[in-house]
Amino acid sequence: MSEIVPTLLQVAVLVAALGLTVPLLGRLLAHAYTSPRHLAVERVTYRALRVDPDADQHWRTYAMSVLGFSLVGVLALFAFGRLQEHLPLSLGFAALPTDGAWNTAVSFVTNTNWQWYSGEAALGHLMQMSGLTVQNFLSAGVGMAVAAAFARGLARRGGAGRVGNFWADLVRTVLRVLLPIALVAAVLLVVMGVVQNLAGPHLVDTLTGGNQAITGGPVASQEAIKELGTNGGGFYNANSAHPFENPTPMSNLFEIFLILLVPFAMAWSFGLIVGDRRQGVAVLTVMGLLLAVSVALITWAEMAGPGTAPQLAQGALEGKEQRFGTAGSALFAAVTTGTSTGAVNTMHDSLTAPGGGVALFNMMLGEIAPGGVGSGLYGMLMLAVVTVFLCGLMVGRTPEYLGKKIGQREIVLVAAYVLTTPVLVLVGSAVALTASDGLAGLQESGPHGLTEAVYAVTSASNNNGSAFGGLTSGTPFWNTLLGSCMLLGRFLPMVVVLALAGRFATQPRLPAGAGTLPTHRPLFVVLLSGVALVVVGLTYVPVLALGPIVESLS
Amino acid sequence: MKDLYSLFRFSLAGLRLLVAMTLVLGLGYPLLVTGIARVAAPWQADGSLVTATGAHTTDPGEAVGSALLGQLVDDPTLFQPRPSAAGDGYDPLSSYGSNLGPESPELVAAIRERRAAIAEREGVPVGEVPPDAVTASGSGLDPHISQAYAALQVPRVAAAHDLSEDDVRALVEEHTEGRTLGILGEPRVNVLELNIAVTRAAAPAAG
Repeated sequence: MSEIVPTLLQVAVLVAALGLTVPLLGRLLAHAYTSPRHLAVERVTYRALRVDPDADQHWRTYAMSVLGFSLVGVLALFAFGRLQEHLPLSLGFAALPTDGAWNTAVSFVTNTNWQWYSGEAALGHLMQMSGLTVQNFLSAGVGMAVAAAFARGLARRGGAGRVGNFWADLVRTVLRVLLPIALVAAVLLVVMGVVQNLAGPHLVDTLTGGNQAITGGPVASQEAIKELGTNGGGFYNANSAHPFENPTPMSNLFEIFLILLVPFAMAWSFGLIVGDRRQGVAVLTVMGLLLAVSVALITWAEMAGPGTAPQLAQGALEGKEQRFGTAGSALFAAVTTGTSTGAVNTMHDSLTAPGGGVALFNMMLGEIAPGGVGSGLYGMLMLAVVTVFLCGLMVGRTPEYLGKKIGQREIVLVAAYVLTTPVLVLVGSAVALTASDGLAGLQESGPHGLTEAVYAVTSASNNNGSAFGGLTSGTPFWNTLLGSCMLLGRFLPMVVVLALAGRFATQPRLPAGAGTLPTHRPLFVVLLSGVALVVVGLTYVPVLALGPIVESLS
Repeated sequence: MKDLYSLFRFSLAGLRLLVAMTLVLGLGYPLLVTGIARVAAPWQADGSLVTATGAHTTDPGEAVGSALLGQLVDDPTLFQPRPSAAGDGYDPLSSYGSNLGPESPELVAAIRERRAAIAEREGVPVGEVPPDAVTASGSGLDPHISQAYAALQVPRVAAAHDLSEDDVRALVEEHTEGRTLGILGEPRVNVLELNIAVTRAAAPAAG
């Protein structure tokens, strides 16, 4: 088939681009999270904030800083939404309803970017750039800061629970890493055709005498950080399927590259922070393997095009753009759900049953392959701890990871982490499917309707943000349910991660002994991949069987 | 109590940081990008608008559309775009796909109906109607059709405009883009640009 060669070459170009940039960015990140020196602009910022960037915070203080900062973010964005009509550049749009403003505030502060509204029909330019774009940067920075704190916890010995300074981590992440890359990326996106202006919609007279509104806005500046920070909230309703957000096959690959850059680089920087590059490479390899499998599966599903409608049309092109084709759409779908991005360049509700099922499974995996910026790394490291624990049980020794003992208290924390999201997903889905207000939002009945609901709750709880868009979610019921899932799914795990970081920091670092499981070898890569799949598989197989699997077999 | 107090204290520090970051990231950054875009790529930044002669413009007053956006073609003699689920069709104020699933009876019926209508319009058997012609895109604003769908429409457009099929085929060829670098995306034909070219080629004959 002539499609296979370009499909493989497209992946090869992507892998090559990442191979060149990930180690560089990984080094920059590791430096940002370990260097004692501050840049001049940072020192000015700390003085304005009246915080001491050199104070080594106890994990509890670090967690309180994360929560305090995020609380302010939610309140400010909520106020922004409620007051929109009184703000400049609002394009005449009204205030968001209370439940909607809350949902959106939580959504962007938790790095989820679930969108119940349609961007071009609900939000003015100031809300987009000074509200949402800002949180795109900051929520990404918070996730990366927590991952850095966890890596430091593993790297330290006898640290008395101290894991670093949140304000310094956040400010450095934004100013040294995210802002410079986003700036360059935004300009490149404009050159490729992405819109960037402050104009409202202009009506033009079309070729055949009708008229069409040409929508404007600060799109490129939002698009760049939307992908780079694995946020995913589109400027327009159609997200990255919209030609003004993603105009060409080249911009498509560039956006996919931006999505993957930081999550993989975080894994690389982890190795450098703990002083053993191979540890980072092992984690990165597991992420890459799981992602590669999901890319292959979705691509196969969409090219084969099973299902009544795709068979009748002779191709699964419903919801896909001609310029991206099947390969460019499938790759994006795998990458956006394998990271916690949730931007879409194809409508996931219209994916084939197996393709949509894999996208759903990617999120259920807990967003670790390679996951969101920061959150992907700490999520994968939690499973690494589970893996060494299971292997320790098999040989009857106290397990350790990077010289840190996994005792009872540690494994209780890890278990709490691993169980939080599945509980949210399953309880949330059950609530949605038993409430009439929940069922009212579904576009379709049968297995596909079930998948629509489960997909939404899974997306929110894992902070992904993509949707089976047939679901009408802009109702008080769905806004409240999904907002709660996003909030708990973000901050409960974060607090657990920081608590564990504190415990690890306190411990000495034991030298590796004869009974230590090496965590940088291929064997560990295989074990960790297996644990990731089994933990998720056992949790979600029943609901997957009733949704996408039944639909695939019908 | 102690935790609540520290939460409050950190919220205040957080508020100061949020204000500072809003100025830098929420105003400085997007306005800087807007400024650079204005200088480096003004045409793209304003939506890649084109005039009735196919020239680039940044003035919506003289534009007939955007090279990046599909539009409704309310003229049966011209090339038709893909079906669209954006509003009443190709409405940028409500960009979206149908989001109908692969087993949706509504989608199956729509595809069947579109296939029959297109086959009749072009005078071909239904089996020859390509998939992009009967499926709505994700944005509802897809500016392109496949080469197959363009080829299918050539005889009708040529006849309606008193042009030879070879001439129209040459115009299609001219407005076809291959895969980027030979590997990215799909070959595609820009409908608005093609229709502009057809209209211009037919203009002298139409008098």
